[in-house]
Amino acid sequence: MTAEPRLVEVRKNVLKQNDVLARALRERFREAGVLAVSLVSSPGSGKTAFLEKTLTLLHPRYRVAALVGDLATENDAARLARSQAPVKQIVTGTVCHLEAAMVQNALDGWDLNHLDFLFIENVGNLVCPSSYDLGEDLRFVLLSVTEGEDKPLKYPTIFNSADVAVITKSDLAEAVEFDEVTARRNIQAVRPGMEVLKTSAKTGEGMAEYLQFLERRRKGSRATAAVSK
Amino acid sequence: MHELSIAMSIVEMAQEEAERLGSVQVLAVHLRLGLLSGIVKEALLSSYAMACEATPLEGSQLLIEEIPVEVFCPKCQVPRLVRSIQWFCCPDCSTATPDVLRGRELEVVALEIK
Repeated sequence: MTAEPRLVEVRKNVLKQNDVLARALRERFREAGVLAVSLVSSPGSGKTAFLEKTLTLLHPRYRVAALVGDLATENDAARLARSQAPVKQIVTGTVCHLEAAMVQNALDGWDLNHLDFLFIENVGNLVCPSSYDLGEDLRFVLLSVTEGEDKPLKYPTIFNSADVAVITKSDLAEAVEFDEVTARRNIQAVRPGMEVLKTSAKTGEGMAEYLQFLERRRKGSRATAAVSK
Repeated sequence: MHELSIAMSIVEMAQEEAERLGSVQVLAVHLRLGLLSGIVKEALLSSYAMACEATPLEGSQLLIEEIPVEVFCPKCQVPRLVRSIQWFCCPDCSTATPDVLRGRELEVVALEIK
């Protein structure tokens, strides 16, 4: 006798394993009082230059470190090491995004209690990273002025998953006739209320406001951690 | 293209569940897929067939229910479906809202077995 087909209810989140690890990471960051910020963008939007500038500016006053994801090379880590901050490269091979487990492994041997800020640079990709929580406190999505104003509309999922949008390479805005009003409108369309920062790692434009934003957020998260202790 | 690794997780998950139910045969996996999950349905379907190869799930089907994006309209004070994921606002009063209630799902909801 053959059994009749039947339906069994399951209800399981496919990314549960990643989400559980991400939650544990977030808790570790909170307990250590470190603000974890991840960066996502398309390749060539200036993530590494932006991060190098960030580390260099924060390094004298704060304890900062960075994890950088890349498909094949370790060039970014070498570049970022010039900032004097501890930097670890995560070479993902053929994987097009970072996952919480990769972040967890890369943190092995680092004492988070000795850090104020941790930056996690994702693989240059505006599609795949959107599905994976890395345990970060804030996700920054970078949009360079050379990419065009309609990027948010082309990749609404990743823009919606982010907390802050950073317009980079503002020094080139005029040369490429970047329409900032339209860019900001498109960002707000896919993520209403999102904070937008405009920066140039080259000239330093907007970097002071950006650093103040980071300091404010760190104070905010430390205050929450202290209250819940 | 991360759909293949997602498909492999689905196959693994279904296999574990099938063993737990007494090594039953899986005919189909029912999946709920939100439009904001970051996963492309067509890519996931072809990846699924690949991921099933040489496993007990070979020949099984992946049945996807797409979940639209639902937001909470602060003005109308009710959940509403957005007309487009390029415009997060209430379809009735056009009030912008970041408050997403549904649409990020990526979950196995049921197995068809025998």
